Formats: sequence, structure tokens, C-alpha cells
Amino acid sequence: MASLKKIARRSFLIGSAAILGGVAFGTYKYHQPAPNPLQPAEGKAVLNPFVFVDQSGVTLIAPRAEMGQGVRSSWAALIAEELDVDPAAVTVLHGPAAKAYYNSAMMAEALPGRGYNNSDFQHSLGQVVGNFSKFLDLQVTGGSSSMKDGFERMRHAGASARETLKEAAAQRLGVSRALLDTKDGQVLAPGGVTLSYAELAAEAAGIEPQEVELRPAAQWKYIGKPVPRIDMLAKVTGTAGFGVDTRLEGMKFAAIKQSPYFGAGKRGYDASAAEGMPGVEKILDLGDAVAVVGSNTWLAQQAVDAIDVDWEAPSYPETTDAIFAEIAAAFDGSANSTLRDDGDVEAALPDGAELIEAEYQLPYLAHATMEPMNATALYTGDALQIWAPNQGPTIVQQAAADLTGLSKEAIEVHTTYLGGGFGRRIEVDYCNRAVQIAQQMKGTPVQLTWSREEDMSHDYFRPGAIARYRAAVKDGKALMVHGKIAAQSTTQEGAGRMLGLPMSGPDKGHVDAAFNQPLAIPNFRVEGYLAKPMIPVGFWRSVAASFNGFFSDSIIDEMAHKAGRDPLEFRLELARAEWEPAAQVLEQVRDMSGWSGKTPEGTGRGVAMAYSFGTPVAQVIEVEDRDGQIAITQAWIAADLGLVVDPKNTEAQLFSGLAYGLSAACFGEITFEGGMVEQENFPDYEAMRMPSMPRVEVAVLQNQKHMGGAGEPGTPPAAPALANALFDLTGKRARRLPLMHDFDLLS
Amino acid sequence: MSKTLRINGKTHQVDLPDDVPLLWVLRDELGMTGTKFGCGVAACGACTVQVDGEAMRSCQLPLGDVEGEITTIEGLGTPDNMAKIQAAWVEHQVAQCGYCQSGQIMQAASLLAENPSPTDADIDEAMQGNLCRCGTYPRIRAAIHSAAKMMQEA
Repeated sequence: MASLKKIARRSFLIGSAAILGGVAFGTYKYHQPAPNPLQPAEGKAVLNPFVFVDQSGVTLIAPRAEMGQGVRSSWAALIAEELDVDPAAVTVLHGPAAKAYYNSAMMAEALPGRGYNNSDFQHSLGQVVGNFSKFLDLQVTGGSSSMKDGFERMRHAGASARETLKEAAAQRLGVSRALLDTKDGQVLAPGGVTLSYAELAAEAAGIEPQEVELRPAAQWKYIGKPVPRIDMLAKVTGTAGFGVDTRLEGMKFAAIKQSPYFGAGKRGYDASAAEGMPGVEKILDLGDAVAVVGSNTWLAQQAVDAIDVDWEAPSYPETTDAIFAEIAAAFDGSANSTLRDDGDVEAALPDGAELIEAEYQLPYLAHATMEPMNATALYTGDALQIWAPNQGPTIVQQAAADLTGLSKEAIEVHTTYLGGGFGRRIEVDYCNRAVQIAQQMKGTPVQLTWSREEDMSHDYFRPGAIARYRAAVKDGKALMVHGKIAAQSTTQEGAGRMLGLPMSGPDKGHVDAAFNQPLAIPNFRVEGYLAKPMIPVGFWRSVAASFNGFFSDSIIDEMAHKAGRDPLEFRLELARAEWEPAAQVLEQVRDMSGWSGKTPEGTGRGVAMAYSFGTPVAQVIEVEDRDGQIAITQAWIAADLGLVVDPKNTEAQLFSGLAYGLSAACFGEITFEGGMVEQENFPDYEAMRMPSMPRVEVAVLQNQKHMGGAGEPGTPPAAPALANALFDLTGKRARRLPLMHDFDLLS
Repeated sequence: MSKTLRINGKTHQVDLPDDVPLLWVLRDELGMTGTKFGCGVAACGACTVQVDGEAMRSCQLPLGDVEGEITTIEGLGTPDNMAKIQAAWVEHQVAQCGYCQSGQIMQAASLLAENPSPTDADIDEAMQGNLCRCGTYPRIRAAIHSAAKMMQEA
């Protein structure tokens, strides 16, 4: 039993879920600690898998990718809070691909349940289920989960490190640990004796990690206060190393041409025009693609453009209309899920009730990260190194092992800075392509950079979606909402691809931000319908909440107007009866924006609220008619994250989510003709720019009990808030996006 | 062809076809990776550098046409010795993913050199070609105003 206890204690350090695990899923295997991935060099003491202390100070191993959300700085603050070091003095490195860094919060999100009304027991259960992700080797950055995931574990790591260093000092000085204190990276002993962590590191290595209670919130020095971002200096001086900035001795540059038809191979190709072009060193056949390796990315791109490839035909509907006809056909089958079914939506409507029937349609979307897909690889025959801006190093590693036949131990994944992620870099296709090229260039490191055109047309797209709603109001009140949502399933296709496992059962992700909206409607049903796989789909900032946020809030707005009610007061009434924090974010935007329910001629205002990734977010958007062109002038955002680690960074995440949502709402669409993506580059896929971006005011509330995400929840309410504002301005209801087709928007 | 370039006060000799865009000379030939590739068609501004002080998209500037003194983000300031505009970017914690910021800063620096106290409309006009998918625009705007103040006080 001694060994069992020891294992449980150790696993507590890397996942508090394990302590609770015995109850609900309690098999011994889940609780085994993952092997420590960090091989300490001589003179270094590994206190636990997150913290290094050595002669150069304290290093935090952050197993989450930095893709703009500030995770490195925030995790450093969490460590520092317990370890008594200045967060700015903590060196932050991205951890290697390893099991010990599993993401428990993201898997916990996959549990059924509305989220906002979960009991503490369910939250504990979520933590336990999080252990599955360890089981699945899932080290990913996504699902707005970094803070939720790291909040406990980083502080435990810091506290444990602190106490172990104190114990090392106690043993050296022959005094009780209780007499010691810590400050600024030093252990303080009675009589003015100070010992730096660095000089205690080696001794601490021989001591069983000490455990201690976490400090109460009242003692926090860093959590809840803005901490300057560690990456800021590098990012404003051009010295931050993104994937494309990887430079290795003897490195070559490659460009690629993949089939314009998804999943289609090639019959043959003619590369004669490319041979002998300047800078060309090798033309490679990648089976279902071709690549050119050369001395310069641009020269390689010119050459690959000159290769004439005979592609096999597409095996899916070839036009946007045909694809959407297939999505609509999913309604004819049976529902995959009915995760909300309150009251009776099929009962005959009483006298005086007014019915609304609405169909909404949203397009496929590309991620369009600023840094195009790229990866660098070096294959030596018995080992492989990959440098990539990725959101899931263990997945990259597994995919490369499958591709090369090498063991995972022979594959090293270096995670660089990410020039935008938004879910695109959870995929491994671009890494696999670099590996395929490296395999044919044994001993030579090769960097593959996709052209923007390649990037835009070979995405794992946000699925196009159709929603059919029936709703009724009576006497100014919401009576009934019955929503049906059809789209390809990101969960089944994306998670299945990522985990290599078939996913089945009710797909909660598919109806997220539809079934679980904190609104008290007496008759309320949401059904999910899954369309067959056609176009590759994946995780796009806020996933299905990116379309469901629009559907479920648009119908509420239509109901408010039909009922003759003020749209904000109407939502507030429904939210207050269901979940107070949702009501509070609405009150906050009402007060911030000075919402009066009236707008002057030439101005329109809309409100929207969506709950996703554990966070309720309300937004008010104001639009203005400028000689027939519509400008988005102002936005107010209120979000309740329960607990905020860094308010300034959280504010940035929220207005970033808004901008991403507005870009898609106004201009974003991926359409298909002849089986090919029609958009090629930014001119065909516009986004918010300096003149079109509204002024933004953000309020971050901390009323709810649980910790919500920050990176994604700002996106879902943006499109409906804007569409509702356009309705207020023009009287025209937007039931499809992008809005540029129906409104003259300032771009 | 062999060509001499003046970049950030230093002379570089390069031997490449004259249609290779300056962006790819900087990045792949000279290892100056601060200037970024975003679109290749001058639609995003990530590759913005200055030629004789004027902001230009280096992805559309063939080597053969380059004339004058080139300034890249590396030449504007360094982590140990930042330019005022970079300090303003840090003050406002502008960058998120950070990929577009080299181009944003080079564009803004060119604006401020021309117009020491730009209005919001001036900023809209000058910065509209620089895309940021993280949507950092509110803080870019604030940082430009701050930098303008800092430069006037100096």
C-alpha cells in the first residue's frame, strides 16, 4: 500500500484529478504517473515536470503552445505565486512532447451537461475524466483550456518546489523547515542567513517532493494583476522565433503543391518546366502531392507552380450548393443528439401565441493564421527532428512515428512560437508534409512553407452549417424554442482524426452554445444532425459555438422583436431566471453602453449573449450609416471568467475573439466550385482591419464559481450582435453570413 | 545577378535572380527573419520594410528594382535598445501571436516620420494595409498615439 500512496501523491502534482479518480473511474492504470519527460542534466534538480531550478535560476516548462494568448506569462505568474520568485525572472521554455503534460480541462469539456449549472461533483468528475486525455497522450493547446488546466497544477508545482528547496536548506542548516521563509528566489533562515534556490538545487534533487496547501487568494501577489508578457520584447523587435524563422546549418527550403481536391491522389505529373529553374535542387514525388526543394522558398515556389499535375477527380459534391444540399439532407435522418428538451415543443400553440420560423445558413471558414502552415524537419534514418508552430506536439510526434516507422522516442518535436493558431495548428498535416520531404532528403534539414494560396485552400475548415428554428412568443414572453442544427461533425471528424479513435454517441460539441444557453424558456429543445463527411473540417476558434452562437442568439432577437420587447431586457429576463452570471454580463454591457433601447436615425445597436467554454459573454455593437456604407463603430464586451489570472491579457483575448468573429461575420466564406476552394488569398477572404475595427470596451467579471476560458468565448456573440445591430439600423434580418452579401459594409 | 544592398546601415552582397522579391532575399539568403511572409501579394503587410524611410511591401519588391537604404525591424531597434515606437508597443502590450507586428511597427514608424501627431483618421489611412488576425488594432492605435507623444517629448 505504501507504493500506491506514493503514486497517488506524485500524480497529484501533475494532475489533481488523480486524487479524485479512485472514486469514479478508479483503476490503477489511470493513476500511474506519466514518465517524467525531462532528463535532468548533471547539477540540475528536477523537482517535478514543470519546474527546473539550476545555476541559472528558475525555468518553467510550459507544455502549452504560445499562439498569442499569453499563456507563457500567465503560467509563469502561477508558478511564481507559490515559489516566491519574480515572474519576470522565470525563464519559460516550451516542454517537449510528453504524456506528463496532458490537458485535463479540454477533455473535461467533452462531458455531457450544460456546464454553467454543473454541480461541484460534476466539476470533480470533469477533472477525473480529464485523466482520459493523459491516457490518450493528448498534449494540446485548445478549447480555451490553458488557464483552467494550469491553474491548480502550476501552483502546486510552485508550492512543491518551494517547500522542497526549504527542506534542502533545513537539512543543510540543521534547522526546522518551519523556521524558514522564502523571498525573491532565496530561502531566508534565522539570523539573516540567505541561500539562493540555485545553490540548493542539487541537494533538493535528493529529497522527496514536499507537499503543502496552496496559498489562499488573499495572499496572492501576481494572480489577478496584469503581468507584462514575457514574449512582448521579442515580438516587437522581430526576434521571436516563429516556425518559419527556424534556421539550421545547411537547411534547404521547400514549396509544395497538393491536390485541389480533398483526399484525391494524382495520376501523374510533368515537372520538365520546373527542372533547371533557378534555385531548384530536387523535385519530389510525395504520392498525393509534389514538392520542390531549393535554395530559396520563393524560387522553390516558382518551380512547384510550374509543375503540371494530373489530379484524380473529387469524390464529394463539387459545388457550394450541392454541399449545402447534403447538409440539409441530414435533417431527413434521425437526430444525433437532443441534449436539451425542456417542456413540450410540439404541443399546439395557445391562442395569442405568435410563431416564428427561420432558417439560418453559415458558410465554411478558413482559419487564415497570419503565419502560413510550415514545418522544418531533419531525418537521419534512425531519428527525426521536427520544428513546428503546433498546438499538439504529442500528436505531431505520433503522426510522424506512424509515417516513418520510427519509435516515438526517436522523434523530437520542437514547438516554436505560433503565428496564430485558432485551432488550425492542432492538425498535423503540415508537419507530416515536412516529414515526407525530409525522408527523401536524408541528413539535410528542410523547411517547408506553404504559399498563402495553399494554406487557404487546404485547411480543416469550420464546417458550413444550417439551422432550422421554430419559436413562439406570447404576451411579450418567450414560450417555445425548437432548434435543429445540421453540419459536418467537427468532433467526429476532427477528434477522431486527432486521437485515431472512432467517436460516436451524442455529439455535444456540435450543439455547444445552442443546447446549453443559460436561458429559461419553458419549452426548449435543441437537436443536432450530423451531415456526412465531405470537406475536411476541424476546430476553428470556439468550434461549433462559432455557428451556434449566431443561431441561438439570432432567434432570441427575432423573438424579442416579435414580442415587442426591448432585446436586451428580453434576454435579461430569460437569463436571470436561469443563471445569474449570464444576467450580470447583460447588465454590465447595458450599463457600459448606456443602452436605452433607442437609437438615433442612422445608428443601430444590437446585443447578443453566448455561453461557451465555461464563460458567459455579452456584447453590444453599434453601427452607423455613413452615406450608405455601414461602419461598425463601437463594441462593448462583458465576460464572466469566475477567476481572472491576468486582466490585461484577458481583455486582449476577448477583443481578439470579437475581431475574429466580426471578420467572419462580415467577410468570411469558403466556397466551392468544381470541387475546389474558390478563395485563394486575403483579397478573397477579408478581415477586420484598422479602419473597420470598432472601438472596444471590455469588462471582466468574476461572479461565477467556476473558471471559464478566455480565448474562444469572445467569438460566438460577435456575429449575432452585429447582425442584430444591422436589423436595428436597416430593418433587414440577416439569416445568412457573411453579411457583405446583404449589406454594404465598410471594409 | 550580383547586387549590393544597404540594409540597416550595413552592406550586403547577394547573388540571386533579379526577380526574387526582397522579402525572400532578407529571409532565406541573409537570415534576417524579422520581416515576415504572410500572403505574397501585398495584401497583408506582414513583410513591410522601409526603403529610404518609405514603407514598402517587400514581397512585391523584386531585387532588381531595389534602390536605396533598406530598414527592417532588426534595424529599428533591438531588445536591449528599443526604438520609442517599440517601447510604446511594449507599454500597451500590443502583440498577441505577434506575427504581423514587425510589419505593423515598420508601417507605423513610417507614418510617424511623416506625420508626428497623426489623428485616428490618419492612422486608419496609413495602417489599413496591415492585417492582424488576432485583432490587436485597438492597442496598435493606442501605441501609435503614445509613440507620437514620446517622440515629441524627446
